[in-house]
Amino acid sequence: MSLLHIDNLSLWIGEADILKSVSLRVNPGEILAITGESGSGKSMTALAIMQLLPRAARTSGSIRLDGAELTTLPERDLCALRGNDIGMIFQEPMTALNPVHSIGRQVAETIRLHAPSADADTQMRDILTRVGLPPDRVPPNRYPHELSGGQRQRVVIAMAIALRPKLLIADEPTTALDVTTQAQILTLLKELVRDFGMGLILITHDLAVVADTADRIAIMRDGEIVETGRTHHMLQTRQHPYTRMLFKASTHQVKLPKPPPPTALLDVQHLQCSYRLPRPRPFARPGQFDAVKDVSFTLMHGERLGLVGESGCGKSTLTRALLGLEAPSRGQILLDGTPVTTQGKANLKIRRRMQVVFQDPFGSFNPRHRVARLITEPFHLLDSPPRGPIRRDVMADALTAVGLKPEDASRYIHEFSGGQRQRLAIARALIIKPDLIIFDEAVSALDVSVRAQILDLIADLCRTHGLTYLFISHDLGVVRSVTDRVLVMQAGEIVEQGQTDAVFTKPQHPYTKKLIAAVPKLPDLRMQPLDGDRI
Amino acid sequence: MLRYMLKRLASLVLSLAVASLIIFALIEVAPGDPASFMLGINAQPETLAALRAELGLDVPKVQRYLTWVGGMLTGDFGTSYTYRTPVAEMVADRIAVSLPLALYALILSILIAFPAGIFAASRRGRPGDLGVMGATQFGVALPNFWFAMMLVLVFAIQLRWFPAGGFAGWDKGLLAGLTSLTLPAIALALPQAAILTRVMRSALLDVLGEDFMRTARAKGLSARQTLWRHGLRNAMIPVLTIIGLQFSFLFAGTIIIEQVFYLPGLGRLIFQSISARDLIVVESVVMLVVFAVILINFLVDLAYAVVDPRLRSPK
Repeated sequence: MSLLHIDNLSLWIGEADILKSVSLRVNPGEILAITGESGSGKSMTALAIMQLLPRAARTSGSIRLDGAELTTLPERDLCALRGNDIGMIFQEPMTALNPVHSIGRQVAETIRLHAPSADADTQMRDILTRVGLPPDRVPPNRYPHELSGGQRQRVVIAMAIALRPKLLIADEPTTALDVTTQAQILTLLKELVRDFGMGLILITHDLAVVADTADRIAIMRDGEIVETGRTHHMLQTRQHPYTRMLFKASTHQVKLPKPPPPTALLDVQHLQCSYRLPRPRPFARPGQFDAVKDVSFTLMHGERLGLVGESGCGKSTLTRALLGLEAPSRGQILLDGTPVTTQGKANLKIRRRMQVVFQDPFGSFNPRHRVARLITEPFHLLDSPPRGPIRRDVMADALTAVGLKPEDASRYIHEFSGGQRQRLAIARALIIKPDLIIFDEAVSALDVSVRAQILDLIADLCRTHGLTYLFISHDLGVVRSVTDRVLVMQAGEIVEQGQTDAVFTKPQHPYTKKLIAAVPKLPDLRMQPLDGDRI
Repeated sequence: MLRYMLKRLASLVLSLAVASLIIFALIEVAPGDPASFMLGINAQPETLAALRAELGLDVPKVQRYLTWVGGMLTGDFGTSYTYRTPVAEMVADRIAVSLPLALYALILSILIAFPAGIFAASRRGRPGDLGVMGATQFGVALPNFWFAMMLVLVFAIQLRWFPAGGFAGWDKGLLAGLTSLTLPAIALALPQAAILTRVMRSALLDVLGEDFMRTARAKGLSARQTLWRHGLRNAMIPVLTIIGLQFSFLFAGTIIIEQVFYLPGLGRLIFQSISARDLIVVESVVMLVVFAVILINFLVDLAYAVVDPRLRSPK
């Protein structure tokens, strides 16, 4: 008898069909992965199990936990069930915790709520220790803002498993985390499932994570389950075309043209960026934090350079310094021999030769401006920006180059999908024909299939426009695919650099090795026999 | 926390010093000599000089500034040019009316706004919410002198529950004092309550959309428990800001209501002394009001830190 039994679950919000006849089973001690692209209904399925749907939602079908029907249960009983029988972990550890309560109090709250007689304090300490936050190292009276992203996610997990629920739902639990932290959290989840005999629903868009972790996979598209089966079996057969497309897109490789003969474009020499820390005591010398320490590298004309490292390693500070948004404390950055900043001020002549594409395709555009205005923003860097028909032509060229239509110029940003917005961001960067483009996590927020398209676009632009770029990402697979050379950054320093293929196949530095080992991989199962599959 | 408090305290002292300089300078550059104003245009130059000496207007400006600030620090605000009484006494009498009135009105405003704001936020878009929002719209638009007169008509003249105006004085007992302040406090509080309700509601609605509210629901808290345990405290920052601003306004900006109810408050004192060009009173009262506003801001800053641990930790 399965633990969770979903039968023909359909869900509407207003006129929109969100879920269409979804049926799923989860057994005790089993990990079921639900995967698919954004908007496919993964999270809505989770919220339906929790019965925490938006008020406007209507459902039909049945959800049974241990034989008890959840869809008809009164709210009072559901409150007793949530946190007790079903625990849930959310994607964003930065915002999933209440900032004004200590972590101990938040974990103990779950216990106090459902088991008022229990010694909540002792249990809270035990459970925090279990998720890797022992009270002697991370005191429970800490507040969320004093913890790292990985630690916060551990607190969220502690809250969800405090009462050993029968079912745990983890909605993209590692998407916001670094690869090494991701590996630790996934291991923790697997151990908990094994120790407690819980059923786990792991919602993720990352197929490699699924392949590493799940016993079974359900693949969703547009509110439907298109394929489901044992992980091993699914990885080998990939029957449904959508499944095949997803797998193909997530291991998408692009073909870059050969770079031109090397002549230096960007030259970074002994760059150091420091921040002042508060004085430890009044009138004491203020401390100093070196976000970037003695970094030197050269970027050639036409070269595609990658930069990888975990969050907090100094990638963003380096990017800001390169763009002249932040003056270096020491060292210098030369573009074609001219410094990017002179006396702490950005050098505008140099500034106009660089453009940047940011991660968030939703937050990086002003929603009240039309595309025409948005993508021509870099023109303000020029002494005599094009006007009239020439301006229109330049705009049309940029839009066509990224696979959009010139007519799109009169539309507003909310009319575009995430992938199209990222195309617009690239068009905005291209429009003044910069010598260097910085892609700052530019494909990290995109679905695999969209990501594959954007990567193809970048490769195309390399052929047609001869791009030179610095590609910053925590996604090692993507960096491997779109760069010629790669820099590995740790704690403000470049610990390894070299030809991308060489670094990935024969990493030298221990940190690079650790980073590469932590990346979940999709096994190439076509080579393996089916016998190993346990059903 | 201590570091944060000390920092805020240092900024308080600095603000006061700067404010006193600005007030002194502004009043110095204002045209009109109090001595010639007091004696009229036909005054003899000798009499004028004698009065100027008596008022301390003949010494250099720096010295006058230092005497003024030093006096205030020791509680000596000088002597009013027109009334010939110590300013400290005059101001103390007025504060005995204005401060309780401001506190009374603020408490009323909070007592109305908190429940109304929470009620509206928890029923977003439903009739209860629309009703509360409509009422606050009305409350904001209402001219308070008109509303004050309506209160007098109904509660003082028709029902005779409260006096129509004047201040009984605290020596007649707490109840007598509060009774004479009740109608003015209501008149002052209602528009403030309407604003505070709207702030409370929108702050809560912002918090209700936060991820940690969903986490709390997933723990098994009911919607109501989530609102009270996790929502309210997070919504307090904007609400505290508005409360601070409202108190400053209620303390010194109530001249119209004081006029309607014949209350001897600070607002009227400022108005009278400006018309009489009684500079020493104006200087002192304005400085006092500035001090009160800066002190309130200091208290609001401390309240922020109590509510939000992120402000307590050194960054």
